[in-house]
Amino acid sequence: MAYDKFTILTSTAVPLPTENVDTDQIIPARFLKATEREGFGDNLFRDWRYDVEGNPKKDFVLNDPTYTGKILVAGKNFGSGSSREHAVWALYDYGFRCVVSSFFADIFKNNCLNIGVLPVTVSPEFADKLLSAIEENPNTQIEVNLPKQKITLLSTGDSESFDINEYKKANMQNGFDDIDYLLNMSSEIDAFVEKR
Amino acid sequence: MEKTTLFDKIWDAHVVKSVPAGPDVFFIDKHFIHEVTSPVAFLNLEKRGIGVKYPHRTIATPDHNVPTVDQDQTIKDKLSRMQVEKLRHNCAKYGIELHDLGSAHHGIVHVIGPELGVTQPGMTIVCGDSHTSTHGAFGAIAFGIGTSEVEMVLATQCIMQSKPKKMRISVEGELGNGVTSKDIILYIISKISAAGATGYFVEYAGSAIRSLSMEARMTICNMSIEMGARGGLIAPDETTFEFLKGKQYTPKGEEWDQAVAHWKTLKTDEGAVFDKELTFDAADIEPMITYGTNPGMGIKVKDSIPTTEGMEGSNKKSYLKSLDYMGFQPGEPIKGKQVDYVFVGSCTNGRIEDIRAVAQFVKGRKKADNITAWIVPGSREVEKLAHEEGLVKILEEAGFELRQPGCSACLAMNDDKIPSGKYAVSTSNRNFEGRQGPGARTMLASPLTVAAVAVTGRITDPREVFDN
Repeated sequence: MAYDKFTILTSTAVPLPTENVDTDQIIPARFLKATEREGFGDNLFRDWRYDVEGNPKKDFVLNDPTYTGKILVAGKNFGSGSSREHAVWALYDYGFRCVVSSFFADIFKNNCLNIGVLPVTVSPEFADKLLSAIEENPNTQIEVNLPKQKITLLSTGDSESFDINEYKKANMQNGFDDIDYLLNMSSEIDAFVEKR
Repeated sequence: MEKTTLFDKIWDAHVVKSVPAGPDVFFIDKHFIHEVTSPVAFLNLEKRGIGVKYPHRTIATPDHNVPTVDQDQTIKDKLSRMQVEKLRHNCAKYGIELHDLGSAHHGIVHVIGPELGVTQPGMTIVCGDSHTSTHGAFGAIAFGIGTSEVEMVLATQCIMQSKPKKMRISVEGELGNGVTSKDIILYIISKISAAGATGYFVEYAGSAIRSLSMEARMTICNMSIEMGARGGLIAPDETTFEFLKGKQYTPKGEEWDQAVAHWKTLKTDEGAVFDKELTFDAADIEPMITYGTNPGMGIKVKDSIPTTEGMEGSNKKSYLKSLDYMGFQPGEPIKGKQVDYVFVGSCTNGRIEDIRAVAQFVKGRKKADNITAWIVPGSREVEKLAHEEGLVKILEEAGFELRQPGCSACLAMNDDKIPSGKYAVSTSNRNFEGRQGPGARTMLASPLTVAAVAVTGRITDPREVFDN
């Protein structure tokens, strides 16, 4: 499905330095029973965010009003495990448009790009720099510039460039998804099948 | 001629078009779907006003959230029932083959694919499930995809994929007594970490891998994703052909001979280059168990939980958070810890060979009083064989509870949940926080180790029970 175009995002960020956050934490399996793509944000990080009675856990970052924003700065190996796209739907639905980490799991990264959440891979040093800056001052603004492939900590001007392939970049900037591209290739796919 | 890997040969034969500075338009031979990751894909097709391009290339079964009791009755949980009904509706509407609850080939999607012979060497196979890597055991490129990609495959039979890097992991030598393929893969992941193969597609090779049955190979390929790999594959050989011969969907007669002749060409050329090569000695591998909350946190059953020495910052914090969840201390031995549940099942170890191994082990023994023991066959076919071979009787006499096929307590979407705070030793694939139920504490191990735990009620090295 087409999604919002992504060009330049300037926002405060939410820090989540825990390593190896798997998609079962982002959205536990018992919340995958919907047949439509709506309302997943309510259960984002469900078991870290709420206790068994459904009360918010005070020590979890999403329950701390100090930290808000459209950018999630996460620990390394974010999004490992299950291929559930629901994890990205939950992040998107909650309001995140960009996830920054020094290392992403493959399927999660693909899923992000397919639904318009930009995964930005930075060096471990830059990730640490972002996390310290946010912890020091939760109002720290971060700019994610997709056309220039650059992420900047606006308070200090520190920046780093990030990789994304040209095709995916163009898709994100235009709000296109792969299926638009593939549907236009129907006759080439038929020819490929014919030939085999 | 250029020396190429098995992975290259299959990948390159499926590229419809390479997008400049972008991914490949990648053709998919077989597509498996289940009730959880497909409904939104079908919904989007409807919104776009398009249909399924090649319905015969998709095969469906409900597995993730189906109950494992009373499968002949209406599903009680409303949301689960709706998902299964949606799957039925979508399959009927688009003409997709469905192996429904109660039918002869119902089961976990990665168990029934090989059972039916749908999975074959040289194919590209995807499913909205990360354990699709299982099918790589047949020398296929198989991997998990997201729901957007499920939609793409339904609509166009293609997805857009960048070619991963290539890694070869060789395991050489002979496995010791009581050591299984589950121990091999848990050992490898413990060595390279849960992210150690991210960005790679793995080929497993070496004499120890060659000597394994198809079931055992599937266990290894299944857990490729647990070290971050897109998938893992093993070159097809006589063991593969023997397994596939006569299956419902494999070629017959002359076509079979032609297929085998082609399959025999599917191997890595001598001298082909991988981006990374790792070699392990089978003699170093012993019964393994996990102690933490990702599959890379594994040790030999006889070893102690690692200390925090050399760890700092968020690495140390994450490690301690994980041990705190498990209720374990750094540096303490794992052997002897009391356990509450054992779970035998899942796409990792829910095949007939696994159930045979457990039954053989517990024959004439009883489970410990503190243990609740669930055994969930991966498919109706497995269940049927388990009855025919007398395994069910043995297991029930030992105090195991046999349930009906499905993913069950592996991800606890249905009612098969381990209660909060309880310890489970499972043959499944993930020990993530809450994976087997909110607050559940999971330790992953082989079917043999699980059998030993069931009998003793504690973390036990299966070799010690053998000796008695």
